[in-house]
Amino acid sequence: MIAQAAVSAPQQTPPSTTAANAGRGGRGPTSAYPVRQPADPAIVDRGKQLFGVNCSFCHGPDARGGEGGPNLLRSQVALDDEDGEAIAVVVQNGRPDRGMPKFEMSGADVQAIAAFIHSFPLRGSGVVPQSDVLVGDAKAGEAYFNGPGKCAACHSVTGDLARIGSKYDARTLETRILMPGRGRGPAPQLSPTTVKVTLASGETIEGTLNRIDDFAVSLTDAQGNRRTFPRDGDSPKVQVNDPLQAHKAMWRAIGDDDIHNLTAYLAAVK
Amino acid sequence: MRIAKGIALAACLWFLPAALSAQGIDPASLTRPLTDSWPTYSGDYSSRRYSTLDQINQSNIRNLALAWTARLTAGPGGAGVYSISNTAVPPPTIVGGEAAEAIQVGGNFGNGPGTVVGAILEVNGILYMAAPDNAWAVDAEDGTVFWHYFWKTRGGTHVGNRGVGIYGDWIYFETPDDYLVCLDRKSGKERWHKEIADFGEQYFSTTAPLVIGNHLIVGTGDDLDAPGFLQSYDPETGELQWKLYTVPTKPGDPGLDTWANLDAASHGGGQAWTVGAYDPETHLYIFGTGNPTPANVTPTRGEGDNLFTCSLLAVNVDTGKMAWYFQTSPHDTHDWDSTQTPVLVDGAFGGKPRKLVLQGTRNGYFFVLDRVTGEHLLTSKFSESANWAKGVDQRGEPVRNPEKDFTVPGSLVSPSNLGATNWPPPSFDPETGLFYICTNESFSMYFLMDPDPREVTGLGGGQEIGLGSLGTSIEAIDYKTGKIVWKHMFSAATSTGIGLLATAGKLLFGSDPMGNFIAFDPAKGTPLWHTRIGQLTNAPETYMLGGKQYVLVSGGDIIYAFALN
Repeated sequence: MIAQAAVSAPQQTPPSTTAANAGRGGRGPTSAYPVRQPADPAIVDRGKQLFGVNCSFCHGPDARGGEGGPNLLRSQVALDDEDGEAIAVVVQNGRPDRGMPKFEMSGADVQAIAAFIHSFPLRGSGVVPQSDVLVGDAKAGEAYFNGPGKCAACHSVTGDLARIGSKYDARTLETRILMPGRGRGPAPQLSPTTVKVTLASGETIEGTLNRIDDFAVSLTDAQGNRRTFPRDGDSPKVQVNDPLQAHKAMWRAIGDDDIHNLTAYLAAVK
Repeated sequence: MRIAKGIALAACLWFLPAALSAQGIDPASLTRPLTDSWPTYSGDYSSRRYSTLDQINQSNIRNLALAWTARLTAGPGGAGVYSISNTAVPPPTIVGGEAAEAIQVGGNFGNGPGTVVGAILEVNGILYMAAPDNAWAVDAEDGTVFWHYFWKTRGGTHVGNRGVGIYGDWIYFETPDDYLVCLDRKSGKERWHKEIADFGEQYFSTTAPLVIGNHLIVGTGDDLDAPGFLQSYDPETGELQWKLYTVPTKPGDPGLDTWANLDAASHGGGQAWTVGAYDPETHLYIFGTGNPTPANVTPTRGEGDNLFTCSLLAVNVDTGKMAWYFQTSPHDTHDWDSTQTPVLVDGAFGGKPRKLVLQGTRNGYFFVLDRVTGEHLLTSKFSESANWAKGVDQRGEPVRNPEKDFTVPGSLVSPSNLGATNWPPPSFDPETGLFYICTNESFSMYFLMDPDPREVTGLGGGQEIGLGSLGTSIEAIDYKTGKIVWKHMFSAATSTGIGLLATAGKLLFGSDPMGNFIAFDPAKGTPLWHTRIGQLTNAPETYMLGGKQYVLVSGGDIIYAFALN
């Protein structure tokens, strides 16, 4: 390359679903996706660069999903967003519950990123509909719920799980069977992990667990005091009570068929 | 395969004139076992991360204390942190780069832009380290920053940088926008930079260049649909010596029959984004390759193994030709790269002395091969939770269970995308004969989201929803049997530890998910010493300077050096 200074910086160019891919199984646009006016190409280009630096690792260089981050082209936040206002909320605050850090970025930079995300024409093939997820046998799911799954030991479809099928979409429901609070949608009220520390003197201190490692355990007691105790092997004695332990215990044991059956059963509890 | 005779003769050719540099580094010295310095990514070519230093040892570890810290400031103006009351002259920042103005980096994935996640080289009393777009030289005695180099980026994924390479008086590092930059180690001034990959095709470069004789081994990365490759450059001129594609890119290339067609193969990924190991006897550089693309939705790739993605490859550094391969994850469907650092060990196997290579991969399996021939010797599962394979076939390769792919109704799979282990490097202690690895028993739901595989590129098409982890740990594996000799589970499960270091002081340094820096008994896994730093971001290292042994670890943009009180 001879000219170096005068030319503008080359830009990384994710393929879009426009002309180049037009013959690859497209089904034409549907009205489900927003129709947008084309943005200023200079702003889209700047957004592309900013996206490449800050976003593409997790959300993919083509914004369709990357290392852990979801497809942004079909995310509801991005679909609802007009000019960066909805995306900015996520970018500037992060989503700590899902592992997304916050980014210190100006409103103009977020607008440019939004313009880049919005520059991808969306086509009608959409995502696999939630209803397709429900392949399980609800009767078998009910039997598992009340039988080997031991779900009924803590839960009831007429009690805490009443109308559960109308609260969550199928994927979220399926995910939350395995781990409450995960996936999309409002987080349920979960009991905190508690801990009981028994000192050498026999004194016991209980509270909600703040953190624990090999060398210290920290809790907040009923009076709101934060207390931290050094640990040395088995001293002091520490008992952690994780209310979600029964769910974690399922992960190595349950088969996908049982998960799908449970999901079909609970999805019908409306 | 047969290795040509005359290896010893060839090896002699690396001994460059002594006049090359008294203060810099003679590349031939890199072939020696690790002692006082830390001159290359893994310390030495074997990648054992085992130091013969024993000043710090089990008997005095309780006296290990902070010697100094160094805070690194990234960007066009920063080199170190200087307050108004500090009368010291700030070190120079040298600015380079092809962009008229650097693109704003908003957050570096939750870390500061000066975060060090890679190797810190120690040569003749100076430390050299890098972060995306930034490199520094720091006094190994007290942490003073000597110089800082800043590269104005034109973009690219800024996920991390694995460190620099050193040859003579020259320092080399890669930039996210695909340049190899050569700096003067004394001044930080730029000597030259070369474009190493096509930025427009979404390549981004994070790995550390590795100096081998008169070769500079350079890898790069890409998460979309470009072919992976490894390159060798002349460290003096920056001219390309050879380029080895890791996937077939033209008719007749080996492995093409494991893909649906040439188009799929030549967009098939297999990136070389971490540093491998080198065997000076055979001239083989052994490295792991990344995932195939599209990663999660596979019909366009065909039903085959998709060579040479997710494989260990041995390449002759003089010719750039592949000597052997072994695929550790045939037809991967979860973006589980097999780029984890391979470790070279000379040891008994099956009652005979053998030259081995060991690797624990992101998919949860551990492998032992003959590193001269590539012959498979052992496969075992180091992650109890890993549930994606039906078993191991006659080749010793895990057999994927398609029901654990991304599926429409959802599949419960361990590990998560982060893997049972990842880039944080393992270690091998020749005294215990144990291979140490950071592990994570993570689970996710994997949903297929795109109904049309032809629409899918890169890492798209699926949605992974993380459930959490049953625990993170450090495991000690007996390479002769694949058995786990000890496993130290951590109380909290967030992410895996950040890499390991074994020393002749009968110590294994590592970290836990809560940010404790810990020295373990390598024989039993018992913690012997710790200090809470809060955040640790690179694997520990050690060096000896002025009669004092230091242990080094980074936490974000701060470097911590420990020594005996």
